[in-house]
Amino acid sequence: MTTTVETPTGEAQTMVLNMGPQHPSTHGVLRVILELNGEIVVKAQPVIGYLHTGIEKSCEAKTYSQAITLTDRIDYLAPLSNNLGYCLAVEKLLGLEVPKRAQYIRVLLTELTRCASHLVWLGTHAIDLGAMSVFLYTFREREEILKIFEYLSGQRMMTSYFRVGGLALEPTPDWLERVRRVVDSLPGHIDEYEDLLTRNKIWLGRTQGVGIISGTDAIAMGCSGPMLRGSGVAYDVRKAFPYSSYDEFEFDVPTQAAGDCYARYQVRVAEIRESIKIVKQAMEKVPANGPFRAELPGIIPPSREEMKTSIEGLIYHFKIFTEGFAPPPGEVYQAIESPRGELGVFVASDGSAKPYRVKFRAPSFVNLQSLPNLAEGRLIADVVACIGTTDIVLGEVDR
Amino acid sequence: MHKLKEWDGEAVSEVLGFRGEITVVVPREHLKRIAEYLATEPSLRFSFLSDITPVDRFPIEPRFEVNYHLVSIDRRDRLRLKVKLAGNDPVIPSVTGVWPTANWHERESYDLFGIRFQGHPDLRRILMPDDWEGYPLRKDYPTEGYR
Repeated sequence: MTTTVETPTGEAQTMVLNMGPQHPSTHGVLRVILELNGEIVVKAQPVIGYLHTGIEKSCEAKTYSQAITLTDRIDYLAPLSNNLGYCLAVEKLLGLEVPKRAQYIRVLLTELTRCASHLVWLGTHAIDLGAMSVFLYTFREREEILKIFEYLSGQRMMTSYFRVGGLALEPTPDWLERVRRVVDSLPGHIDEYEDLLTRNKIWLGRTQGVGIISGTDAIAMGCSGPMLRGSGVAYDVRKAFPYSSYDEFEFDVPTQAAGDCYARYQVRVAEIRESIKIVKQAMEKVPANGPFRAELPGIIPPSREEMKTSIEGLIYHFKIFTEGFAPPPGEVYQAIESPRGELGVFVASDGSAKPYRVKFRAPSFVNLQSLPNLAEGRLIADVVACIGTTDIVLGEVDR
Repeated sequence: MHKLKEWDGEAVSEVLGFRGEITVVVPREHLKRIAEYLATEPSLRFSFLSDITPVDRFPIEPRFEVNYHLVSIDRRDRLRLKVKLAGNDPVIPSVTGVWPTANWHERESYDLFGIRFQGHPDLRRILMPDDWEGYPLRKDYPTEGYR
């Protein structure tokens, strides 16, 4: 499809169109400056920063534990992944080993987070492209997952459930029953979404061959997660640099070679299925009893009972929650596979109770950078599809 | 690591290890050369730049540290390059020619730390408004802002 708009004199004429920051398909406050030749995008320039809240600066003014609550708010669709990335980084700084039970529960919950996040993505992406009903279904299933988070942590979204050394609370009894109910029903629901979309002619027309990025380009642009795997590069942090006992789980890394919006759709749908596989394995592995937090006096809070019955426990409790704890000086970078790609957390310590510097390598931020590569030369309507499959969360892009 | 030293011992000023992570401290003059070498050398293939993180060590001199986090996807390896910059001259060559993804990372570093990247195609603020004064993530910038 090549159409060019020409002026009576034969010159090509371009027009600049501002899309956003208030636009329903930009998923927040993304602004894209489009230079158009007729309906063809000649140049696309994302403008970000409308949601910049200075989270990295705020972290420097908080103790290590207080900063966990800020990590929830970076990628608000996958708070547990952020919690995990940050906690692992601080644990690496401390040289701390987390009990296996907590590790498995962390894996289980972050995989559920991935399902929830991909469900939101699928629903909103479909609504952007005109398939209204998928949105209603995916949000119904997502709610069931959020109910599990609420059951465990007391919060649907801003969970802060992972803490340095393990988990915040002993998991509520019979929580695994609830998880089982969700993961048993989820594959059937995904089949339903696939029935609605995968061979849908309009869906194929809107996504196939749209927003192509090659594997080499995707690596050069720093794309990660489904963006990279949709271009045929099987890079997954869970496999390449396993953390939190991921090496004990069996799962595949779905890839698609095409590199277009449809490939990224297929990768994400396949990822939900893989996540369910991991959740099921984790359910088998999680011991019913045992410590859910590492023991390290002065750094990890003592158990509730110890705090109430022993004077040392009370002192440690008080000190940890007022002063915080001080890891040794040094700097670490911990990467995890968040639903959107490689989430890296860099923490530098100067030996005090507050992090000297925290940096979040936000996958959305880096993935969004390749939007011009995807959208240029395509129609305006395709820009919406491209933004959609980039799967950005503006909270994370702007931090 | 040894490869890098073999290739050019002068280009590496220090090698640090902490918690299993290797950090190579590199003088500013050699950064671009090393970046090209690491990205293209067939036995290394650090083709993926995952992040650029500046740290402000104010009031210690050299004040700024710029960390480059590299990943070799094929070899499953990570490496951190660190360049130290003086506070009165925070200028560093851009690596956008080697890793195009550095573009936004460097803009962010410029925006929040005021580090200037020489040879960057489009060095503008990215997160803060264009007319913002000061560099918020510097240590001498108050957390509550100037008011």
